[in-house]
Amino acid sequence: MSRTTLDLWVGLFVLIGAAALLFLSLRVGNLSSANFAETYSIRVQFDNIGGLKVRAPVKSAGVVVGRVSDIRLNTESYRAEVIMNLDTRFEFPRDTVASILTSGLLGEQYIGLDAGADEEMLKGGDGLQIGQSAVVLEKLIGQFMFNKAAE
Amino acid sequence: MEHAISFVRRLGASLVDSVWRLGFAARFMMLLLIYSGQSFRRVHLTIREIYFSGVLSLLIIVVSGLFVGMVLGLQGYETLQRFGSGDALGVLVALSLTRELGPVVAGLLFASRAGSAVTAEIGLMKVTEQLKAMDMMAVSPIARVVAPRFWGGVISMPFLAAIFSTMGVLGGWLIGVVFIGVDAGAFWSQMQAAVDFRYDILNGVIKSVVFGIAVSLIAVFEGYDCTPTAEGVSRAITRTVVSSALAILALDFVLTSFMFRG
Repeated sequence: MSRTTLDLWVGLFVLIGAAALLFLSLRVGNLSSANFAETYSIRVQFDNIGGLKVRAPVKSAGVVVGRVSDIRLNTESYRAEVIMNLDTRFEFPRDTVASILTSGLLGEQYIGLDAGADEEMLKGGDGLQIGQSAVVLEKLIGQFMFNKAAE
Repeated sequence: MEHAISFVRRLGASLVDSVWRLGFAARFMMLLLIYSGQSFRRVHLTIREIYFSGVLSLLIIVVSGLFVGMVLGLQGYETLQRFGSGDALGVLVALSLTRELGPVVAGLLFASRAGSAVTAEIGLMKVTEQLKAMDMMAVSPIARVVAPRFWGGVISMPFLAAIFSTMGVLGGWLIGVVFIGVDAGAFWSQMQAAVDFRYDILNGVIKSVVFGIAVSLIAVFEGYDCTPTAEGVSRAITRTVVSSALAILALDFVLTSFMFRG
């Protein structure tokens, strides 16, 4: 079997297709930057998670360090329990505070981690002590009106 | 009365006929899979079909991808800037292309560009009794003619969809960044933050593979099953394009409801 020009065209086609896939995964997607190889999971409870969703980013000082893997209701405390997977490259002190923040006015919600000063570091399966809830607009307006009425 | 009876009779006959065809299609698919091993041993046949259905579809895919992306750029920016978030144009363009438009529109173009050609080719072979002649020479027409065309289509389709999405993103970039003046950094970085490799891109690739299988199967089956007359071939081609389009859109709904339930 000898090589033909047809083989060249098919080879070129496959090459262009593979290049397109590569472009999609590296330039359009985030395969290179936010692909965490090894993670450990941390629990944290919130009074109210607002619009937080599974797969939302976990950021510390604005850098993505992990993702939310699960959200459920703890039926003992009736608070929302959020499980997040953090990259093993980033270790956080035990007294780290997690808070639910919003990127921009209409942006998605994410978890912000503020590192504490504890000597000991978090291990996989640990829980955080303090989780600051999402700001719920209705409650904020209610508080504002209550304060105005009190004046 | 006479009319009513003949109407019911025709209805029943067409129902039985379609069940018959369905059974034949299932048996045909089994035979196709069984003979695939035999046809892979002569891989240059499949490569030839990748050339005909893949390489020759490249131009229409590239051009329409570019235009779809450019329209998305214009329309998306027009809507997004009302909410003051024109920077999110990259997210809109990339997500709609990788998740939906890339596989679906590439699949529709592929069905009408390559699927119809495959049906016409196999149908004409049947009309001129080439398939029968092969059978007499103890060459299985399914292994020699049908399987390479099927696999050529299945292999080409994901590449075509990826090329379509890439060209679309570039088209959106051309309109958004170059002509309208969206910040290039925001365009790409928001896109990269929002598009997930496994969730968005890989699911799009899975979709395009499924569409490739559906379109190729419909195309080879309609060709193989056509009535061996000039009219029968033309009808088979029409049926290929119509049922491929319906299959793609219906499968897209099913796949999307499984993949992106949120």
